[in-house]
Amino acid sequence: MEADAEEAQRLATEARDRVRFEEDALALSDQVYRVARHLASSREDADELMQETYARAFRSWRSFQPGTNMRAWLLRILTNLNIDRGRRQQRAPQMQPLEANDYYLYDRLAENDDGISDEDRVVERLSQDDIVTALSAVPHDFRDAIVLVDLGDFSYADAAQILDIPVGTVMSRLHRGRRILKRELAESALEEAT
Amino acid sequence: MNDPCAHCEEMMQPYLDHVLTDEEMAQAEAHLAECVDCRRRYKFEESLRIYVRKAVTEQIPAELREKLAALRIPLE
Repeated sequence: MEADAEEAQRLATEARDRVRFEEDALALSDQVYRVARHLASSREDADELMQETYARAFRSWRSFQPGTNMRAWLLRILTNLNIDRGRRQQRAPQMQPLEANDYYLYDRLAENDDGISDEDRVVERLSQDDIVTALSAVPHDFRDAIVLVDLGDFSYADAAQILDIPVGTVMSRLHRGRRILKRELAESALEEAT
Repeated sequence: MNDPCAHCEEMMQPYLDHVLTDEEMAQAEAHLAECVDCRRRYKFEESLRIYVRKAVTEQIPAELREKLAALRIPLE
């Protein structure tokens, strides 16, 4: 009889923990989506990946360690699913992406110097469409690092765990990725100017 | 002596990511204090990061949020 009561108590505690886990995970969905949207190749892919991620998370909630970073845990699941499902096809895998130096974009944008010395205004020469297109043109490996660190505010160490690569690789992909992005942005800004 | 602006360009990303050593930080700041061109380019990079983030941020669609909530495992 006592054993039954203990079992009932255990089940009640587990149910409570699970409900709390699900609520916490759902409360993070907005933040997870912001990152997932650009880890995925399209809005439709992001939508599917989010559902698969949450379905898996709800099933395997016991493997989450309370007190650790749940957002990183969810994104680790999402990244693995993204890789497993072969959604990370490169447009031209053999091609080395073009990088420019770090100052290149500013120098190109400021070239038509019309007396604007306010850097915030120089940035405004780029349109929102330019930026969205340029980011999607950055190859996945580099984009993943930019998306996690610059959009998701993950530390290098968290990004390394999510992507299952060394921290040094995160740093080099991030630095190169930002240069590739700036090169893409410079291209589109120049196209518009001509 | 290498071109100090080229060196400062190398330092820009780690500087803005706050991962330079104190010594490297002091070096970069000493150059930035006297070089208006590098200062502008650093400022631009900072603005660019904020601008990019704003431009690409999308809110989760309401329908998706509902679909996720529906995936919860019902209590027995």
